[in-house]
Amino acid sequence: MTVASPTDFEPKGLQPEGWLKYFSFSLDHKVIGLQYLVTGFIFYFIGGALAGVIRMELTSPISDFVSRETYNEVLTLHGTVMIFLWIVPVVNGAFGNYLIPFYVGARDMAFPRLNAVAFWLIPPAGILLIASYFIAGGAAQSGWTAYPPLSLTTPAIGQVIWILSVLLLGGSSIFGGINFIATILKLRRPGLKLMQLPMYCWAMLGTSILVVLSTPVLAGTLILLSFDIIAHTGFFNPALGGNVVVYQHLFWFYSHPAVYIMVLPAFGLVSEILPVHARKPLFGYTTMVYSILAIVVLGLIVWAHHMFTSGTPPWMRLFFTIATSFIAVPTGIKFFNWLATLWGGKLALNSAMLFSCGFIINFVFGGITGVALAQVPFDIHVHDTYFVVGHFHYIVYGGTVFVIFASVYHWYPKFTGRLLNEDLGRLHFLLTFIGFNLCFTPQHWLGLNGMPRRVAEYDPSFTTLNQVSSVGALLMAISTLPFLINVIWSAYAGQIAGDNPWNALTPEWLTASPPPVENWLGEAPLVTHPYDYGIPEGKIDLRVASGADLWFGGKR
Amino acid sequence: MTSFAPGSPNPAGAPLTSTAAEAPQAAQSHPTGDDHGGHVDARLFGLATFLVADGMTFAGFFAAYLTFRSVNPLPAGSNYELELILPTINTALLLISSVTFHRAGSNLRSGNRSACRSWLLGTVALGVAFLAGQMVEYFNLPFGLTDNLFASTFYALTGFHGLHVTLGVICILIVWWQARQGGRISHEEHFGLEAAELYWHFVDGIWVVLYGILYLL
Repeated sequence: MTVASPTDFEPKGLQPEGWLKYFSFSLDHKVIGLQYLVTGFIFYFIGGALAGVIRMELTSPISDFVSRETYNEVLTLHGTVMIFLWIVPVVNGAFGNYLIPFYVGARDMAFPRLNAVAFWLIPPAGILLIASYFIAGGAAQSGWTAYPPLSLTTPAIGQVIWILSVLLLGGSSIFGGINFIATILKLRRPGLKLMQLPMYCWAMLGTSILVVLSTPVLAGTLILLSFDIIAHTGFFNPALGGNVVVYQHLFWFYSHPAVYIMVLPAFGLVSEILPVHARKPLFGYTTMVYSILAIVVLGLIVWAHHMFTSGTPPWMRLFFTIATSFIAVPTGIKFFNWLATLWGGKLALNSAMLFSCGFIINFVFGGITGVALAQVPFDIHVHDTYFVVGHFHYIVYGGTVFVIFASVYHWYPKFTGRLLNEDLGRLHFLLTFIGFNLCFTPQHWLGLNGMPRRVAEYDPSFTTLNQVSSVGALLMAISTLPFLINVIWSAYAGQIAGDNPWNALTPEWLTASPPPVENWLGEAPLVTHPYDYGIPEGKIDLRVASGADLWFGGKR
Repeated sequence: MTSFAPGSPNPAGAPLTSTAAEAPQAAQSHPTGDDHGGHVDARLFGLATFLVADGMTFAGFFAAYLTFRSVNPLPAGSNYELELILPTINTALLLISSVTFHRAGSNLRSGNRSACRSWLLGTVALGVAFLAGQMVEYFNLPFGLTDNLFASTFYALTGFHGLHVTLGVICILIVWWQARQGGRISHEEHFGLEAAELYWHFVDGIWVVLYGILYLL
């Protein structure tokens, strides 16, 4: 049964044209993708400023830059903004909405209206969260985990606003996940098989399954927590007979998969970028797909490794240690596949490639500390110390944020029709890579020596390393300047890119840049081998070939 | 599957030729289909995915309840025993309402609008009776929301389910209105009814689990 295209219902002229469409309830997946991207970057700069406050405070062992309460609010807002308003919306919402319809050969997502609703939940939720800082009592102070009983004793209004904001963002994430699953499974162009899809589709399918299965549990848990705060029930309040460990179980049932919700799409994006700039097929497509599926399954059954110090019984520790260590296997498969993709390739060391390689280096380091953290004796030693902070940022900044930057350099010509400046891009990479490692490597050492996280004051013997870390943070802040100048300047004066500046074979490049409203003027191309870089490429004029034409050595 | 040796002919070339040859034919045989983005109807699939998510919320609540129950002792003088007669009648009402909704759907598909609308009204009556039964139970319980952990969990679970039943009743009333002569829902276009039916069966199924672990266990 077919239904008319959703855009057919919309009388022409009601959808604004030009720049106004980016502020409208647009149903075009490309507009929504860019709405996600720009909104995400705005919150990235807000979250970065909050990180700056944290690092400024930590340059000295005493609490002098901001008050202790303000420090707690700042670290809570930093975590919440960066996770729920920057990483998750950008790496899922922005690139997912922009790319997935191209990759499945569709003209839009399965549910365009739901898509727009999902995006427009984000700005109010973000404003609500930031605004809570300015009300009496201030923002939530219990960290992004909001563990009770801490979240029951800190000022209530800020905590309730925090819950409301996270519920809205969780709803947005669930709507997005439903849309991605339906689009990938139901909207594929006839003739396109699942095992022919670009890798990012598989990553988004796996991510969306995690979103749909785990986010509702967080929503339910936060509703119970809000009852504890507002109605004085005792679900998680030990003073009223409640159980705080149940909160931790339910919270991490979402929040461990959340790490994969943040990093699996990055795996997918980097799998798109590497083959293009190495001019080689993606190595081991099939094992990549099964690795993603294995990570999805294992990701759902490892949550209690966050709770080794919460009185977990020995059998539980054993199970969750083994399950967590197992995740290293599919992740390792993916890494060797990426390395094999690079091996012997004709590497173009442009900004997109540099950020992708930076991702590989950083993520391997974060992965190794992750396996270390899964071991109970080691975890008990470093639990709630700066070692965990360092590990987490190696995964989420060194991993995902590096890939977001690589993706912006890779797809900016598709978004705008102009190339980004490569010199500024390489400068951006250099500053980010040095700044990032300078900021977060010392934190592992600090954590091993016992510096607790989330505390504004620390032992004076940790001063020097904290100052080194803060200098790294300053470099990271400076590194955004060449990036900002680059994206704004290049939008007006960048070199004209043409439709396919990288001679890429994935479907989004087989149309104009920026693409027309319904993605292709004619029929959607059938791209069954999206990574066939190699010998046929010399025989094909990519600028005139499209779709199926690409796969016959230009003979048709 | 994509690792072609450089220099070798495209090994997948032969099967690809057929797919490429089919593509233009497919476009010709559906002149209005592919070209303007006509696509399969994924609405029920999307709703089912949403219900999986909704079910996970309940699963979280159930897991919390079972853990509380096995780990956290109640204060002296309180117990888990609940009156069983009313909830059992309520369970029967919901199960019957699933059957009546199904009858409404089959009547619509065979073109009998008025019978369909009567069955829908019957379903609404059963849903409202269930909610009334819940209210009677609430007012006769010996404990309030904040009395103890069991009381809080009981009200949270049954309340969250009752919210779903209320939304379901509203949805059925909307479907009932849309199924009138000349309305949006007919025996050709019955997505609205099917969506409400799927949701209603889901809510009934959740109740059966809830009844099992909250009242019988």
